[in-house]
Amino acid sequence: MARPIVHAEEEGLIAALCRGDADAFATLVDRHSPAMIRVARAYVPTRAAAEEVVQETWIAVMRGIDRFEGRSSLKTWIFRILSNVAMRSGARERRSVPFSALAEAEDTGEPSVDPDRFLSADHELFPGHWAIMPTPWPMPEEGLLAGEIREVIAAAIGELPSAQRTVIALRDVEGWSSEEVCEALEISAGNQRILLHRARSRVRNAIESYHGAVEEIDFDAVTADLMGDTAKKETDSD
Amino acid sequence: MADQPVHSRADDLACIDVVEIMTDYLEGALPADEARRLERHLGTCPGCTEYLEQLRAVAGSLRGVTDASFPPEMRDGLIADFRRLRSS
Repeated sequence: MARPIVHAEEEGLIAALCRGDADAFATLVDRHSPAMIRVARAYVPTRAAAEEVVQETWIAVMRGIDRFEGRSSLKTWIFRILSNVAMRSGARERRSVPFSALAEAEDTGEPSVDPDRFLSADHELFPGHWAIMPTPWPMPEEGLLAGEIREVIAAAIGELPSAQRTVIALRDVEGWSSEEVCEALEISAGNQRILLHRARSRVRNAIESYHGAVEEIDFDAVTADLMGDTAKKETDSD
Repeated sequence: MADQPVHSRADDLACIDVVEIMTDYLEGALPADEARRLERHLGTCPGCTEYLEQLRAVAGSLRGVTDASFPPEMRDGLIADFRRLRSS
């Protein structure tokens, strides 16, 4: 989409870095460091350790920029260095695996919604349909993040398995595209969507629990509607 | 559509499966025929319609919800390192 513009801008940035332009380096550090901290946290156990990984990565970037050949975007190159530094660092914490393996190891195949919220697969009329369905959340004018729900959401993201947390942080908190996430983390589009889906589902579940926004379906009434059996409804209400 | 029951028996998708493909749908990754099938289901299922709206709200509302700012002293130290390195 905006790729050629980004590349044109990158060319200027790279030339400035090679000339020793510290403002260009500062621009790059400010632009990418938050996302780099989020990715590094997948590999190391603390925020402080992630910051050290990012610092070490920037040192490698400033030393290696003259050798950057432009075979990937500058951003991809920086995130590849970050992954290597983070994995080395993670090795000291016995967590040295590529992101894709981390995602696989964390995947428990859990459903997005508690299966008890649905009717059984052998239900006579509505197999697998909602038994307890979601209802609308109170939505303040300021949006979903107003008030203490913000803390609920931040806590839910903080409790996610590392790979899910990283993907939702890059996609929805930092606003990256799916292509950018796949490239930086070296995962397939399908795996990226699975991680994103699990992460968003857990955040949704946390918000739902906070609001208590569920409703048990009255299947007698639904069945009566479906059968057009108004007489039954009248009898039940007597 | 107003006469449709809450759930239509003609609809062959189960909500328990629908909730698992909603991100694929939002991402435009479902094949066209599956997307149409999902949309038909949504037309008769208020629970799944609400679920989809909530997932969409989550996806669109998280910008900046958690902080990952780089410590200013680390940033300034790196820029000083860059100056030293490139001037030597």
